[in-house]
Amino acid sequence: MGFNIFRRGMGSALALSAAIWAGAASAQGDITVAMQLEPPHLDPTSAAAGAIDSVLYSNVFEGLTRFMGDGSIVPGLAKSWDISDDGTVYTFHLHEGVTFHDGTTMDAEDVKFSLDRARAEDSANAQKALFSGIESVEVVDPLTVRVTLKEPNGNFLFNMAWGDAVIVAPESIDGIKQHPVGTGAFKFSSWVQGDRIELVKNPDYWGTPAKLDHVTFKFISDPTAAFAAVMAEDVDVFTGFPAPENLPQFEADPRFQVLVGSTEGETILSTNNKQPPFDNVKVREAVAHAIDRQALIDGAMFGYGTPIGTHFAPHHPAYVDLTDLSAYDPDLSRKLLAEAGFPDGFETTLHLPPPSYARRGGEIIQAQLAAVGIKAEIINVEWAQWLETVFRGKNYALTIVSHTEPMDIGIYARPDYYFQYDNPDFQALMKELNAATDPAKRTELLQKAQRIIAEDYVNGYLFQLPALTVAKAGVRGLWANAPTQATDLTAVYWEN
Amino acid sequence: MLRYSLKRLASLIVSLAVASLVIFSVVEVAPGDPARFMLGINAQPDTVAALRAELGLDVPKWQRYLDWVGGMATGDFGTSYTYRTPVAQMVADRLWVSLPLALYALMLSTLIAFPAGIFAAARRGRPADAAVMGVTQLGIAIPNFWFAMMLVLIFAIKLRLFGAGGFAGWDKGAWAAMKSLTLPAVALALPQAAILARVMRSALLDVLGEDYMRTARAKGLSRRQALWRHGVRNALIPVLTIIGLQFSFLLAGSIIIEQVFYLPGLGRLVFQAISSRDLIVVESVVMLLVFAVIVVNFLVDLAYAAVDPRLRSRT
Repeated sequence: MGFNIFRRGMGSALALSAAIWAGAASAQGDITVAMQLEPPHLDPTSAAAGAIDSVLYSNVFEGLTRFMGDGSIVPGLAKSWDISDDGTVYTFHLHEGVTFHDGTTMDAEDVKFSLDRARAEDSANAQKALFSGIESVEVVDPLTVRVTLKEPNGNFLFNMAWGDAVIVAPESIDGIKQHPVGTGAFKFSSWVQGDRIELVKNPDYWGTPAKLDHVTFKFISDPTAAFAAVMAEDVDVFTGFPAPENLPQFEADPRFQVLVGSTEGETILSTNNKQPPFDNVKVREAVAHAIDRQALIDGAMFGYGTPIGTHFAPHHPAYVDLTDLSAYDPDLSRKLLAEAGFPDGFETTLHLPPPSYARRGGEIIQAQLAAVGIKAEIINVEWAQWLETVFRGKNYALTIVSHTEPMDIGIYARPDYYFQYDNPDFQALMKELNAATDPAKRTELLQKAQRIIAEDYVNGYLFQLPALTVAKAGVRGLWANAPTQATDLTAVYWEN
Repeated sequence: MLRYSLKRLASLIVSLAVASLVIFSVVEVAPGDPARFMLGINAQPDTVAALRAELGLDVPKWQRYLDWVGGMATGDFGTSYTYRTPVAQMVADRLWVSLPLALYALMLSTLIAFPAGIFAAARRGRPADAAVMGVTQLGIAIPNFWFAMMLVLIFAIKLRLFGAGGFAGWDKGAWAAMKSLTLPAVALALPQAAILARVMRSALLDVLGEDYMRTARAKGLSRRQALWRHGVRNALIPVLTIIGLQFSFLLAGSIIIEQVFYLPGLGRLVFQAISSRDLIVVESVVMLLVFAVIVVNFLVDLAYAAVDPRLRSRT
């Protein structure tokens, strides 16, 4: 890009007019946060769109438990809980004096309403599976809720921290898509569709009050426009910055800071395990050894991203580094192909959804596969088309996608999932894991699970998607990592 | 004149009916389900079914078509699948950005193109003409999104005279709103101005060779008087055609400029709606744009008649 031409040269004689034209610098209690995608509506409990959580999670809506920036789970609206010895009954004790933004009280009835709504027959909750293990929800008293599970679930408290499990009120549910009413440190103020969403500080917040008074979210999808908006200081923070190639320029500029963290997004070369020749594990192994992850990360992500060898986030304590199992070795790859009966390689297809990690990464992978004799034809698709053809229709051979749901290794236990990976041993292991509540046991099982899918070469494991944030130098308290899709601003402030 | 107008009106209605059928079929044929898009990859089949029912997607397509057309005829454009707000309301909000932007750009384009075209035609073959032609050639060749990026780079990032994008909103005052539309309008206007200036010049040159121009000169008008009184008016027909086309283009075709400047306009709405398979929004907005284009053409036809009395009797 040719932006550097203008970096120097035009003098400071223009500074005066600039100051007049650009308007007053934003007040210390205000912040403008930009992101790529605009939420379709504002109900986190009835859509998968991560953009909804990116604006509202923890800021406006809260759940019984919540994610911290480091990925740990801490108490949210529930200040504590008791778990029965058999692991099936959770008794939550709610914080006292919590009110929704419309002034109504948040109590056990609201929790019961929220959980029952999410698991109901006609529920439109995109993560309904999180709630499917619930047998019943009972109100013990206004500040106590008892949740009974069908069977023990070691993930239950984690599941309750998701944006899809936030507590909503029956009084305000009808208008929630346009006017969200939650319990958080910020209140929804206004939404100019296509442009911005504004939040204001909630003066009656039950917990530690927010340090900012006023938050504006802006939506800028074009990477070049994103760069320009930050450079022109139209926005104070850009989360999920879409142009990694521009980050060095921000790093070198004292006006800005760049935060590089980790997300829950395992970026993988998804493989249709039922489609020949990928039903042969030798072929899948050959594909894995044909990929040079570092070249991919350097080329597609400009060096940002952590190589992974299995479907698991590297920042998680239970992660095992299995990248050696699929180390870059084109000779071995060719040998494996020959053993599988394809000494001259074969032709296949590679579906690429719109994100740049897929489109840019796809071309690099195409070249790397070609080097061992696999000729992959690239087919670019829109998300809606990807969902229909690849995900639902399973009519694909290879595709690149980032699986951004936290702790989603369980998808490998679903034989009808689009990988079409059907391994009874793995399915049994996941059953065991779900029932296990002992942390040491869970870690052991999780590590075993990571190893099984890596050794079966179910998919090509590429890299963990980085969380890239550019902010003005004075902004403090932002999350560097993205353990869930959120822009938690409750602890953000300006440092002079 | 009345007969002429009625005939035009009838063809307008037929065009709309055909357009509605084409738009509906094309949009519905594209793969992708709005409910599934909304719910993402972890959704359970019963959840998708529940949402499809909620959105009214479970009825046969022909019935959806009839509902849609019937609704539009009575002013009800339906409810967006993803935003869950009435499409009419969304379009109205977006028009407050797109329409002023299109008019602003059209005004700039006309203000630049008319003098430039007339100037060049009056100095045909001289260096001034060559200079205008050269500049307009460049104006046509430069892609407007690149030009837009250059404007942002210079006026927003370097000089800090304008914001890099976004729309201030009319509630912040007309000055702030127009200011935030200035760079996009310039980016849209310049390529259009280049085209229009060339059309103006060549139309004027055609006219200048006509017998009545010689007659006008012969009866004693100066070159300048003849040019303004007889030349420009007669050259207006092709120019009006282009202005009509340009206005339609500016209204419907500013998708890329709206992306570059992240303006909450119609183009961006359609762009978002297409990628999220918000079919009803795509259909209704495209239909509305078709309507706008047809109406603009209709008005241009009427304007021809106003400019050229011969057309009134011809049909």
